Amino acid sequence: MKRSLLGLPDHVARLLVVFVVFIGGAIAVRTFVIPASLKETGRHRTSTEERESAKEPKYAGASQCGTCHDAESAAKAGGYHRNVSCETCHGAAKIHADDPSTGTPPAPRTRGFCPVCHAYDPSRPTGFPQINPAIHNPLKPCIACHNPHDPKPPVIPTECTACHGEIARTKAVSPHALLPCTTCHDVPEQHRVSPRTVTATKPNTKAFCVKCHGKNSTVVEAPKIDADTHGEKYLCWDCHYPHLPEARSWTDEKL
Amino acid sequence: MDRREAVRQVATWFGAIFAGLGVCGASAETSAPAPRTRPRSYGMGVDVDKCIGCGQCAAACKTENGVPPEPHYVRTWVERYVETTDGAVSVETIQPSQTREHAAEKDILRSFFVPKLCNHCANPPCVQVCPVGATFSTEDGAVLVDSARCIGCRYCIQACPYGARYLHPATKTADKCTFCYHRIKKDLLPACVEVCPTQARVFGNLNSPASPLTRLRRMRKTFVLKPGLNTEPKVLYAGIDGEVR
Repeated sequence: MKRSLLGLPDHVARLLVVFVVFIGGAIAVRTFVIPASLKETGRHRTSTEERESAKEPKYAGASQCGTCHDAESAAKAGGYHRNVSCETCHGAAKIHADDPSTGTPPAPRTRGFCPVCHAYDPSRPTGFPQINPAIHNPLKPCIACHNPHDPKPPVIPTECTACHGEIARTKAVSPHALLPCTTCHDVPEQHRVSPRTVTATKPNTKAFCVKCHGKNSTVVEAPKIDADTHGEKYLCWDCHYPHLPEARSWTDEKL
Repeated sequence: MDRREAVRQVATWFGAIFAGLGVCGASAETSAPAPRTRPRSYGMGVDVDKCIGCGQCAAACKTENGVPPEPHYVRTWVERYVETTDGAVSVETIQPSQTREHAAEKDILRSFFVPKLCNHCANPPCVQVCPVGATFSTEDGAVLVDSARCIGCRYCIQACPYGARYLHPATKTADKCTFCYHRIKKDLLPACVEVCPTQARVFGNLNSPASPLTRLRRMRKTFVLKPGLNTEPKVLYAGIDGEVR
């Protein structure tokens, strides 16, 4: 028998060469051709994660802005907008945060922007401050009255009608038209700023109405009743709506 | 040399070759990163009672992730649920600066907004159907798409029970919410959470005892969408009931 390579029989040696070529080729393909990410046996792939992680953010994050914009972040810190990120209104500002000389973020000063959140929408949660843009000071930019970094009802609410218009219109045609709201309601100063958390007082005793409407009252124009017999156990506003009490003529007929 | 010796020699050669293969394979495996000691599980919480439907989250997502501007290409969106007095529920996706009808409100029992996004299921149907393994769960719980491998067959878009995927018109590959993977890896919040003015969305690590998400779970009763499908979503909803699907 002819002997050649490594002393093996010739036909075995040739077979061996074929095997070495195939296996060597397989090793070469696996090592150099197939990308490393395809050889991972885990259920995740590092290359995709790395590619996703390498993407550049466009929003800088709320903590960035205060390092330069002290005044605005200080104003915002105590106001109702304290939890609203700067970039909610000013847009993505990573470019500007990285290099403050470029990419100044826009400030939405037009009337169109604030109603994105604050226009009345019946689906919005109760208590969220909303206005009807069509009737709320039309054509006036929001920032003329409200500071967006520390929004409050503007200086107004000196008169109650600003918010309590329906009551004011009712009262205007009633015998109580000439009485200021503060005759019956004590309005804390804070009620103008936080109308829902600090509320005005309401009378809670019969004696309050009797001050004017009792038979011993010195208020000439007020209809008088005998507090001991009139209304029994009921409070006055169980029958009379204080913002539109019954007209005097009707009361006179009864009396 | 007899036959026995020849077989022995051949066996020795094959043994050497396979040993070499094994060494090559082992060297490829060691390039994988060491596993994290405390695995994270990212999740998002949505408090429906706080959502005002302003749509800033959807707009910010498009800016951050380069999603095409057309309204039907979305990674996250906000739905408005309207329940009428006859018990019928209608759902619409709200568009920015859209005015809603205020008429006929007497028929409306209630209405509310529900932000939607990829639920990053722990048991994701989209991963199961992908024929090329282009979509997968990361170790920290996000479901990602490898756009280099995706062949655009849209099986995953069909399979997602939440409608969270779309075919990107430029790359012709499936695209979806990544929890802003590039942001959370830099310890930033996802863009939608960042811009939400009412904190209706919170983001955090479900395994951390101190994350905002854990706090939401502690303070509120949270639900997932379509729990019957056993997809185990990682987007938790507070303040919803059976109408929200």
